[in-house]
Amino acid sequence: MIRNLIRPASVLTVLLTLVALPSASNLEAQGKGTIKIATQSPLSGGQAALGEGIKLGAQLAIERFKGGLEKAGFRVELVPYDDQAKPDVGVANAKNIIADKDILVVIGHLNSGVAIPSSEVYKEVNLAMISPANTNPTVTDRGYGNVFRVCGRDDVQGVVGAEFAQGTIKARSAYVIHDKTTYGQGVAEFFKADAEKKGIKILGFEGTEEKSNFDPIITPVKAKNPDLIYFGGIYEQAGPFFKQAREKGVKAKFLGPDGLDSSDLAKIAGKAVVGMYYTSVAGPVSVYPQAKQFADEYKKKFGKNPEPFAAQAYDATAIGMKAVEAAVRGGKTPTRDAVTAAIRDVKHTGITGAVEFDGKGDPKKALYFVLQVASENPEKWGDNKEVKRLTIAAPAAKK
Amino acid sequence: MDLPLLIGIFPQVLLDGLILGFMYALIALGYTMVYGVLEFINFAHSEIFIVGAFVGVEILLGLKGAGWLESLPWPLVLLLLLVAAMAVSGLLAAAVERVAYRPLRSAPRLIPLISAIGVSFFLQDLIRLVESVWRNAFNLVYPTLDGLNHRFELTETLDVSVKSLVVIVAALAMLWVLHMLVNRTKIGTAVRAVAEDQAAASLVGIDVNRIISLTFLIGGAMGGAAGVLFGVQYGLINPYSGFIPGLKAFTAAVLGGIGNIPGAMVGGIVLGLLEAFAASYLGLLTGGAFGAEYKDIFAFSVLILILVFRPKGLLGEIVRERA
Repeated sequence: MIRNLIRPASVLTVLLTLVALPSASNLEAQGKGTIKIATQSPLSGGQAALGEGIKLGAQLAIERFKGGLEKAGFRVELVPYDDQAKPDVGVANAKNIIADKDILVVIGHLNSGVAIPSSEVYKEVNLAMISPANTNPTVTDRGYGNVFRVCGRDDVQGVVGAEFAQGTIKARSAYVIHDKTTYGQGVAEFFKADAEKKGIKILGFEGTEEKSNFDPIITPVKAKNPDLIYFGGIYEQAGPFFKQAREKGVKAKFLGPDGLDSSDLAKIAGKAVVGMYYTSVAGPVSVYPQAKQFADEYKKKFGKNPEPFAAQAYDATAIGMKAVEAAVRGGKTPTRDAVTAAIRDVKHTGITGAVEFDGKGDPKKALYFVLQVASENPEKWGDNKEVKRLTIAAPAAKK
Repeated sequence: MDLPLLIGIFPQVLLDGLILGFMYALIALGYTMVYGVLEFINFAHSEIFIVGAFVGVEILLGLKGAGWLESLPWPLVLLLLLVAAMAVSGLLAAAVERVAYRPLRSAPRLIPLISAIGVSFFLQDLIRLVESVWRNAFNLVYPTLDGLNHRFELTETLDVSVKSLVVIVAALAMLWVLHMLVNRTKIGTAVRAVAEDQAAASLVGIDVNRIISLTFLIGGAMGGAAGVLFGVQYGLINPYSGFIPGLKAFTAAVLGGIGNIPGAMVGGIVLGLLEAFAASYLGLLTGGAFGAEYKDIFAFSVLILILVFRPKGLLGEIVRERA
């Protein structure tokens, strides 16, 4: 993939701005200008599978919904940015994004730890960020007017996991591992707190940035023989961990949050993760009846099945475009303030359900799923069984 | 504190540490041999190491694609991987020396060091480029060899897999061959002569450039073999996987006394053990206050202490002082 070749994202963004500037001024002569929608997600590195799904989901939504704006005389463009799942890169990109006045909405990020600092930059100019995937509570709890998400939250997701561990798995003891990121450690702590309340014994709580050698972590886990291992983190790290744990004879059941939800997990860990449970704020496309057309179109266009969060990115982009359309007054390019204000009033029935935002930018009601991995074949990731589905309102802001 | 548990896992942690330690030792040899001959740290060695792992995974995936992986006996497959990875990594290391270090040999010490760091970045992104064009992948998974994954459950808390034994046996065998090569052959004598004094060595008819190439070739081959063992043991590699093990192996070389071959082995094993014990025991001993995430801090604190009291490394004094 050519995109993967360009490592420093700054080079990419400089190039993009250079290319974009002259073309934008040319167009202004003919039409009313260009409206750009940016995506920020990891397009290279170990989490590119999910990050690219976000970009492609947004691309489909723009192609599908740009008709209205084009009729009004605007050109609509997607500008994808690669945040490499790194906070510093995300912030550097964000600075370039706010400098480009044509960008009216940002769709992103994948990682909460990147979204939180980057949204501080967007806030300077009140540029709207609609997140398809960031579940850490802090993302919206800061009460910023320009930050929205279409998915659920980790303080609920952790509890959903703990409830499932106690109620369905009937686990009496659990060992918690996390990746030390804002997202992974956050959701692991919510799981741990609620599991303890429910009487599950937490035998260990361990953070690690290790990516390959998990032997010294697995040895105490195996000796303590928990009923359940909860991994708060992302699939590229969870994969080798689960694989090595099974190879070493650990028999515990596996559970984790939505960061494990990628076909790449099956590719890395193979049969070790068959039967693993994971909670998610984004069900597989198959659970949303309205999403079938989206999935078919995605497959036809890009030659692969949509990754989790691609459908959420599609909906987030649709909401953004609806708001832009609503903010167009008298045929002039709307301001960022107008677009951000308009998002608050959007009521959108998308392919992942109806979305309407509360005062903090959380969806008023969000869906939470528990799923089980069905097969070691990555192609069949979409067939993972839905074991449980809940609709839960976002908790009120803590005072 | 759960004393039976602490004692129960001891043999397993010891074994894990030894495996990691032998892996560090194999990589450390590349650093230490080059330093011994040129007094120069070859920072590109961590990429030479991971190239070996990529050669291994490509052959495995190729065999799997052709449907031969199941029918061939695993020792044969492993031997093939090791030989191929050693050849590629060794030749690559020698080529890097020819292109990036030899023209700078008379320059001040820091110049080839910068060149080495540059080669390291270059190789990382080259691997990434090749893999993303060729396989459209970032992480590559080692296909499982069933024979290698067989486990022997010795006690409730101790089990040994075939691949762990293979790592230890292969590492020991290679260390022994290297030892014999350096100490018992004519070539080895020439290498030691060049290490001692390049000018004098060339006066007695040793082709210094060839010997230096050979040093890189041998060090690179060891690194490539370590790469295959790393991939087989831990299962997942990406173009940046080499960096951290490389850094640790460099540390191991310094710990053992840089420039000293047995020192690299001892340093690697000590560092591997420290790391494994810290990761497994810190959480248990402190009741979760310090967890496995502090393993590097612990291991490196011990390292600093050792170097404060033995600045030349554990076996450093065996090496003769050079003018």
